[in-house]
Amino acid sequence: MSTVSSESTLQDRPLDSALDPALNPPIDDPLLEIEGLSLWYGDAQALRNISMKIPKNQITAYIGPSGCGKSTLLRCINRLNDLIPIVRTEGDIRFEGESILDPSFDTNLLRKRVGMVFQKSNPFPKTIYENVVYGLRLQGISQKSVLDEVVEKSLKGAALWDEVKDRLQERALGLSGGQQQRLCIARAIAVEPEVILYDEPCSALDPISTNKIEELMLELKKDYTQVIVTHNMQQASRISDLTAFMYLGDLIEYGKTDELFIRPQKEQTEAYITGRFG
Amino acid sequence: MNTWLLIVTLLVLSTIGYQMGRRRALSLVDHPKQLNSLPGYYGSWILMWGLLPAILVLGLWTASESAIIDKLVVADLPTEVRQLAPERQNLFLNDAKNLASGNIVSSEVDATLESAADHITSLKRTSATARTLLALLLCIGGVALGYFLISDRLRAMHRVEATAKVILGIGSTIAIFTTVGIVLSLLFEAIRFFRMVPVTEFLFGLEWSPQTALRADQVGSSGSFGAVPLFTGTMLISAIAMVVAVPIGLLSAIYMSEYASPRLRTVAKPMLEILAGIPTVVYGFFAALTVAPVIRSWGQGLGLDVASESALAAGGVMGIMIIPFVSSISDDVISAVPQGLREASIGLGATQSETIRRVIFPAALPGIVGGILLAVSRAIGETMIVVMAAGLAANLTANPLQAVTTVTTQIVTLLIGDQEFDSAKTLAAFALGLVLFLVTLVLNVIALHVVRKYREQYE
Repeated sequence: MSTVSSESTLQDRPLDSALDPALNPPIDDPLLEIEGLSLWYGDAQALRNISMKIPKNQITAYIGPSGCGKSTLLRCINRLNDLIPIVRTEGDIRFEGESILDPSFDTNLLRKRVGMVFQKSNPFPKTIYENVVYGLRLQGISQKSVLDEVVEKSLKGAALWDEVKDRLQERALGLSGGQQQRLCIARAIAVEPEVILYDEPCSALDPISTNKIEELMLELKKDYTQVIVTHNMQQASRISDLTAFMYLGDLIEYGKTDELFIRPQKEQTEAYITGRFG
Repeated sequence: MNTWLLIVTLLVLSTIGYQMGRRRALSLVDHPKQLNSLPGYYGSWILMWGLLPAILVLGLWTASESAIIDKLVVADLPTEVRQLAPERQNLFLNDAKNLASGNIVSSEVDATLESAADHITSLKRTSATARTLLALLLCIGGVALGYFLISDRLRAMHRVEATAKVILGIGSTIAIFTTVGIVLSLLFEAIRFFRMVPVTEFLFGLEWSPQTALRADQVGSSGSFGAVPLFTGTMLISAIAMVVAVPIGLLSAIYMSEYASPRLRTVAKPMLEILAGIPTVVYGFFAALTVAPVIRSWGQGLGLDVASESALAAGGVMGIMIIPFVSSISDDVISAVPQGLREASIGLGATQSETIRRVIFPAALPGIVGGILLAVSRAIGETMIVVMAAGLAANLTANPLQAVTTVTTQIVTLLIGDQEFDSAKTLAAFALGLVLFLVTLVLNVIALHVVRKYREQYE
């Protein structure tokens, strides 16, 4: 498909983004295909005509300055923006070929397949155990043996099991910040989604907890497709396979992480990743 | 000089002192920055000196004036009056005062009375003059003293702030002591009551009939003071009120905070809260004249025996009045549940109603319970609606279609009209008031504790 952005603010931007190599890295096995996605908060446009493919079982990172639309884009993937009444979207996102922005698409089903981890860890004010099984209870699963098994598996998957296995019935809010964030990951993987979205998952964590989360993400790669929004470019370069740079609602550059960080094709990308952005 | 005129004069003098203080401070130095405090503080320093001692003395003088005059007049009365019984002497003194101020007197005006009245008049005049002079002197002296104490080193701000702190402290002390005073007066009068009627009879007696004979020679019932029917009546009406208020209040709170569009919310929420602003007496006649007859005719249509003043009418209307208490507090605590929890739940595939049931409501529950407890204590203490709509018959019943009476209603009826102040009937009001106070106090303490505990959770 071909789209023309009449409001392009960038002189070096080619008119036909579908053919621009800086936006189209080779992707063999796309799970999500975003096509011509635009989004408005009331009258303010937050995303401008974004098209990109997100590969399966890899980590894709969004970087860019605050307010560039990367969190908004992430929240389109599980349609969490539906919670905001003034949001209006155009374009399409296809998840294994199905158009998920279609109003008739079952969002509850979508969100079972696309888990999310938030910037601020948000465990429910319940026990650790009940936090992990929340998604299963929503599906009507209440058999204790099944739940026990999922709790152990998920907490092990989130590298939290050893720390909390003796206090599963204690309140989740009593855990440390890093533990709470890993609990949120365990809660997300308990329902066995296909995609996990991370919205700046480490921005409130200390370096050791951050390190644990990053190791965990690399570990989870074999089972899940992961998309992360981060302000931390080192983090993006450490863990992601692909990186997308966004600026003021535009996708500026999208490519393999090692190439994008070493040889950025766009001037703006280079300015941002070398820290002389203005 | 008239008291108000005197106070205005003191204020004017002190304000002049304020300006003098500012000028004096500024005249001491070349530049305002060399002063220890801002010039206004030197002004306030003089204002303080001029006003506080004068006002204090004025207050004390006014408070003790009449007692001192009484003593002086009595000391000067002829012996035959002084040897009268205390009540008679009081009567005489009152007559003299009335005569002095030109009111009607109860007895013949004779020479003794007239001389006493003259004495009072002259003493009053002297007192007023002395008071005025003293206050003005203190004010002028205070201003002068403050003026001469000003130097560029004077830490005026520090002194003024310290004084302000003391004044604020006195204000809150007055509020606290008033509360303590009310509680103590309740307590002592209740103890007097319990000397006449045993506590056990009051708390566990099943019959309430407080009519006692007014005079010893009168034929009449001796009165019985079993308060159980009043407590059960109060509980019945409060329970009916909560049955109405809690579901409606909670549902509207959930709708307002989770589903309503911002535009609807800005219109509907204040309208709901108007319910709390309707005077209770209006609810009272609404219950008595509109709701009660409707319930009665419905009941009769169904073949039920409904009293014309039923607990159902009073409780139902009271419930409507309490809706905003429940909905407003619940709305606040539901809105205070972090947005992150909603997103987490929605993000796991929950629908909005599942999110409300499984996450938001449990998280907000302690706050909601606190709000409901506050509403209960409001229902128990509510008076006007039940006085007008619930009736006076102290029936011991759980049937909402019958007339019941409440603690508050009985307090009102016990104290209406001419009363003998030391009869068991009158004093019973204090005992009832004490019980009511204790119950609502306990409920409020629990409610505030619960609400506060909840608030801490997310901070």
